[in-house]
Amino acid sequence: MSDSKKFGVVAEFDSAAAIYKAAETTTDAGYTKVDAHTPFPVHGLEKALKQPPSHLGWFCVLGGITGIGIAQAMQWWMNSFDYEYWVSGKEPYSWPTTIPITFELMVLLTAFVAVFGMFGINRLPRWHHPIFKHSTIHRVTDDRFFLSVEATDPKFDAAKTVEFLQGIGGVNVEVLEDD
Amino acid sequence: MTTIHVVDEQENPLQRAPLVEGGHDFAGVTNIVANVAEQKTPRGWYLLFGISLMLLANLGAMIGYLVWTGVGVWGNNNPVGWGWPIVDFVFWIGIGHAGTLISAILFLFRQKWRTSINRASEAMTIFAVMAAGVFPAIHVGRIWVIYWVFPIPNQMAVWPNFKSPLLWDVFAVSTYFTVSLLFWYVGLIPDLATFRDRAAKAGRKVAAFAYGFFSFGWHGSNRHWLNYEKAYLILAGLSTPLVLSVHSIVSFDFAVSNVPGWHTTIFPPYFVAGAIFSGFGMVLTLMIPARKWLNLHHLITLNHLDNIAKVLLLTGTLVGYAYGMEFFIAWYSASEYEGFCFLNRASGPYWWAYWIMVSCNVISPQFFWFRSLRRNPMVLFIISIFVNIGMWFERFVITVTSLHRDFLPSSWDYFTPTLVDILTFVGSFGLFFTLFLLFCRFLPVIALSEVKGVMPEADPHHHPEHTPQEGHS
Repeated sequence: MSDSKKFGVVAEFDSAAAIYKAAETTTDAGYTKVDAHTPFPVHGLEKALKQPPSHLGWFCVLGGITGIGIAQAMQWWMNSFDYEYWVSGKEPYSWPTTIPITFELMVLLTAFVAVFGMFGINRLPRWHHPIFKHSTIHRVTDDRFFLSVEATDPKFDAAKTVEFLQGIGGVNVEVLEDD
Repeated sequence: MTTIHVVDEQENPLQRAPLVEGGHDFAGVTNIVANVAEQKTPRGWYLLFGISLMLLANLGAMIGYLVWTGVGVWGNNNPVGWGWPIVDFVFWIGIGHAGTLISAILFLFRQKWRTSINRASEAMTIFAVMAAGVFPAIHVGRIWVIYWVFPIPNQMAVWPNFKSPLLWDVFAVSTYFTVSLLFWYVGLIPDLATFRDRAAKAGRKVAAFAYGFFSFGWHGSNRHWLNYEKAYLILAGLSTPLVLSVHSIVSFDFAVSNVPGWHTTIFPPYFVAGAIFSGFGMVLTLMIPARKWLNLHHLITLNHLDNIAKVLLLTGTLVGYAYGMEFFIAWYSASEYEGFCFLNRASGPYWWAYWIMVSCNVISPQFFWFRSLRRNPMVLFIISIFVNIGMWFERFVITVTSLHRDFLPSSWDYFTPTLVDILTFVGSFGLFFTLFLLFCRFLPVIALSEVKGVMPEADPHHHPEHTPQEGHS
């Protein structure tokens, strides 16, 4: 496997419309390990790339339920079990007074899961990625759009893939080594 | 300087005014925002930063003096146990509501104009919440035992009282700060990557390393964007009720007590409307000079300022409605204490504070019925200052007028702040502006990736030849 040391082939495109079309053509041609790299999220590009939707929402639901559970358990245990508080004429555990803190902890835990879960699923931080070896990749955060076909793709063949990406209008098509 | 094209939406409602003026492409937008951080530090920045640092040092000195001596250095005394520190706290936390409103609520409503002002407003939010947090922390008096407010074991073997709105406030404000910071940072990552790539290209090694470190190796992968956008949407969905909850809970600090003038059910929505009003006021106070000095007119256009002015008009009027409704309910409740409290507010010893509040908060935004005034940055700036003043007085009126006429006439008194009160409040502006100036100097002041995403060329089905004459009328 000579391709095992390669990361893949990366091509540059100059507009959102071009990357959308290129993504569609590439996945239609049978490539599966295809990704786009864009300065901003291009609407609907995941359909052209045939990428599955994000599952982050489900993790967040779990985070929220955990927050609710922690808040309820903490308020019940601290104010009505471990040290009974009889104040303002309410019983030690009075559920309406627990709502604000329960809400806040639900939001807090969900937000932690949303942010750190996003980093986890995206495998970030990752300061050294093979794609940074591409000669014009610095423009991905400015105004250029890139399409990568990874070497792990069963249909990948360095020479043929380069030719294919050039054929659909990609410029600066480069084969990148993996680390 | 190129001339600024303004598409007039009201003359031709079929045509949406462009969000980015001046015919810039993606690279043009990157350049405008990156130049702010890459240019040689302007002299004016050093001047403002120096003043802010001095004010910050003054805040530190005042806090040191307070902790050393005790809360007697403030004007707080019976019957006004909550003086300026609480007024200042509510003032700053209110300002801290606009950023999340812009980034979360306007995001859910798909208000694309938010993209040019959300970054700076979120920064403003975070710094305002920091300035706010100072006051309750030092107001506890013995700051070295402030951990008693947290649900952690202490030497008294007593847990905090979860039925107290003051404790809810601890949770609400700390959650709000944390979530706002996360939201802001997630939004910053793609733009920090832009700054990283520009710094690396220009050979600025330290900057490239710093921006690179904090951008986490972002390379715009679509797989990443999918999760990123989902996280952003969830954060927006969470922040929307959160931002409404925070000032509701701040209002509970007052409303759950049985002090006349505080014990009303209108407080949560009234406080939230006031918070949005004051926050948008501060957004204008900051963005109008920033837009001019940092050359951002093509991104923060007159249409944006116009929209902010409309929000001010709406929320200012809502606040005015709440002022009126308080009087109506005081009369309708037939409670002589409530009735006295409100008559005393408007005509008692603090009548001047009440009428400053009404003039600044209810009357001054009414100028925004006129379109020409909404589009005049100078007028907007002056009114925004009035809004800031008025909203500080609103909190002063609520806090002090209700307390200085206690149930027992023998304890009635007239509250006056001390010099330490005043200098501490002035010092909190030092904290706020020091942080904001650092933000303007080193970070992307406008959310680049979001602005690019709402430009017409960002649509994958965009065809230049079919586009109507956007932005070049």
